[in-house]
Amino acid sequence: MSGKNTCFHCGLDASSVDIIYDNKAFCCQGCKTVYQIFSENDLTCYYDLQTAPGATPKDIDGKYNFLENTKITDQLLEFNDGNIQIVNLYIPHIHCSSCIWILENLNKLNSAISASIVDFGKKTVRVTYKPEKLSLKELATLLHNIGYEPFISLDDYSVGKKSVDRSLIYKLGVAGFAFGNVMFLSFPEYFQSYEFWLEQYKHLFRWLMFAFSLPVVFYSGNDYFISAYKGLRSKLLNIDVPIALGIAVLFIRSTFEIIFDLGTGFFDSLTGLIFFLLLGKFFQQKTYNFLSFERDYKSYFPIGITKITPEGNEESVQVYDIEKGDRLLIRNEELIPVDCVLIKGNARIDYSFVTGESEAISKKSGDKLFAGGKQLNGTIEVDVLKSVEQSYLTQLWSNDVFKKDKSLAFTNITNQISKRFTISILIIALLATSFWLLVDSSKAINVFTSVLIIACPCALALAAPFTFGNVLRILGNKKFYLKNASVIEQLSKINTIIFDKTGTITSNKETSIAYEGIQLSDEERVLLKSSLRGSNHPLSRSLYNLLKENNIVTLDTYEEVLGNGIQGQYKQDSIKIGSAPFVGHNSETATLNTTVHVSSNNIYKGKFTFYNAYRKGLSQLFNNLKQAYDLVILSGDNEGEKENLTKLLPTKTKLLFNQKPQDKLEYIKYHQSEGANVLMIGDGLNDAGALAQSNVGVAISENVNVFSPACDAILDASKFNQLYNYIKASKSAIKIIKWSFLFSFIYNSIGLYFAVTGQLAPIIAAILMPLSSISIVIFTTVATNIVGKKLE
Amino acid sequence: MSVIYILLAISILVAIIFFVAFIIAVRKGQYDDSYTPSVRMLFEDELIKDKSNKSVLTKKE
Repeated sequence: MSGKNTCFHCGLDASSVDIIYDNKAFCCQGCKTVYQIFSENDLTCYYDLQTAPGATPKDIDGKYNFLENTKITDQLLEFNDGNIQIVNLYIPHIHCSSCIWILENLNKLNSAISASIVDFGKKTVRVTYKPEKLSLKELATLLHNIGYEPFISLDDYSVGKKSVDRSLIYKLGVAGFAFGNVMFLSFPEYFQSYEFWLEQYKHLFRWLMFAFSLPVVFYSGNDYFISAYKGLRSKLLNIDVPIALGIAVLFIRSTFEIIFDLGTGFFDSLTGLIFFLLLGKFFQQKTYNFLSFERDYKSYFPIGITKITPEGNEESVQVYDIEKGDRLLIRNEELIPVDCVLIKGNARIDYSFVTGESEAISKKSGDKLFAGGKQLNGTIEVDVLKSVEQSYLTQLWSNDVFKKDKSLAFTNITNQISKRFTISILIIALLATSFWLLVDSSKAINVFTSVLIIACPCALALAAPFTFGNVLRILGNKKFYLKNASVIEQLSKINTIIFDKTGTITSNKETSIAYEGIQLSDEERVLLKSSLRGSNHPLSRSLYNLLKENNIVTLDTYEEVLGNGIQGQYKQDSIKIGSAPFVGHNSETATLNTTVHVSSNNIYKGKFTFYNAYRKGLSQLFNNLKQAYDLVILSGDNEGEKENLTKLLPTKTKLLFNQKPQDKLEYIKYHQSEGANVLMIGDGLNDAGALAQSNVGVAISENVNVFSPACDAILDASKFNQLYNYIKASKSAIKIIKWSFLFSFIYNSIGLYFAVTGQLAPIIAAILMPLSSISIVIFTTVATNIVGKKLE
Repeated sequence: MSVIYILLAISILVAIIFFVAFIIAVRKGQYDDSYTPSVRMLFEDELIKDKSNKSVLTKKE
């Protein structure tokens, strides 16, 4: 099933290690252990559903100790009566049917678990268990040990118990139910036959229709009245004004008609209208459950941390309870939640959450560490300088941009049209009424209401939701995930594109490495590669992968000097790899790029320089974009790459370096005040302010499930070069909507003819309204799919 | 009394039964996750198959 060279559990390369168990190859002991757990519990079926579905469990080392603190667990538990606890855990690794299967069979692994239910879309598992046999910490550890590490962040703490908003489904259900029944009841009268029994029972039928339409108007349709009222109060003629007017007139006139026995009324059109409108809303509401666009630092910060009491004991505390002067213990792979000073241990801090820069930075005791960094090298002890809310990174969130709702400040295309539409409809209605008042005053009221009924912009209101809903879906399939439909519209309007550098236009996974210095002999290369093999430092790993296949020799001595480099010896040759002073090369002038120096037998040989590797298709993308947009690069880094960038990018691209998060935000704000519509593309939390300030903020992510700051859209890194086409698609969407507006105007004109001439029979309304709605839905769906086809 | 009243009552009653069933289904959260159940329904068989395979293997050994 899986090749001999890949790990049976996780699918990673297993050729360089020799771990065979049960005739299967594994890449590490961790994967083998997971397999053992599964095979002992008759759960190997896990591997039948999907090839190599697993993840390697990482070191656990006290990671879930904070779950011993009952103050924290009480917040996490969904239900707790002492005998039974229910918890909903977010597990980012959930990705295939095997995952669902194994997580729903957790009770086979531990009998204290009575039920576990996976929500694949949200990547959560809801576990019911008996706390006297299994604590929450043990449950987390169990999940961790089988490679399904639960992710518990500060966000889980503050939210408490979420309630799901299902009102739209209820409303849609009510409208659909009533629509169907009203259709049945109004059917006999469509034929306008005057049979005896029909005459006899028509009042009963009509009053039943009236009864069915009551919940539709007053429950399903209430959002339209509320929105229209809000719009009018803020002096805005939004699309819901003519809709609410249409609904109200339909209902009042129909009720009037059946009371005075004038006709059947328009209950069929009324319920159908609301049903279709809600259907459009439902369609547009499509969201990506597994993505979150509202993340702030809370989603990444740990919920609890280990504090060292003055007596020297370890104790788990809630992150918000950390005070200045506390001594904290940060374990390997843990995030630093507050600004602090390093006291003890070797710190290698990965600030990629904050800056997007993937390379870890070494710190010495006494150095200042900023919140948001992740410790990569063993355990450290730190002294707290500031509390969580006052830390450098978290302060960014106190900026006002995070409190604004972008979509409110923006008049969308439908509302722009509807303003003129509403005014012209009212004028037509008044003109027609005054004409009939002179000619035949008995018809005047009839005509007035008919115009308002037929003009109810059902097709107009449906055009945008269906087009945007479908484009949203198409772009989602192409790995460009938008927060909501209004982002498409905003995207079509931008004229300035601002890129962050590190992690956005450069790839975190790849770097290009250049060697400068004296040519290395074959023996030296063998030694170099053999020495690098033993090191886990990220620079060593990338250098190791770069060097061509050489014989690997077993070194006589090997030593890793933390924060400096590595040295190895084989027979009489020795090699040193690392920082300039470490290899004995002191004349090195400071460079802006990352370098690794090599010396052999204490003679300096040369250095490897690491350059950022730019994403594929970067040059072409910029050349495509330069015709229509102003391009800017805002980088938080130094100018080390300036030369490279000027070569690579069109000359008119602005390059700005050493930009702090606040600077980026201000830069965008300034240009917006000069009329620019800004698209910001960034990746780290340091871009969060800029992403929030920009008109459209797009976060680039190598793995969409793991990390992205608050934004309007998330773009998978592999599709970066497609950006230009995606912007074009958003423009096509606007064009499609304009065409559908045209169609709906044609339908409205036909309907208005009947209305103005006073011939609007319920049957015409009943035919025209669904017909126009359905044809608009078909048109937008077909047209957007054609646009989607072009996006290959 | 005319048969039409009975027929109407029955037709509305049936419609309301389905409507109530729909409301109950939404309330129970059946519309919250529309993907996982489609995978889950295929699982039950596999556990049994797996167990019988195991027992065959151990017999052979």
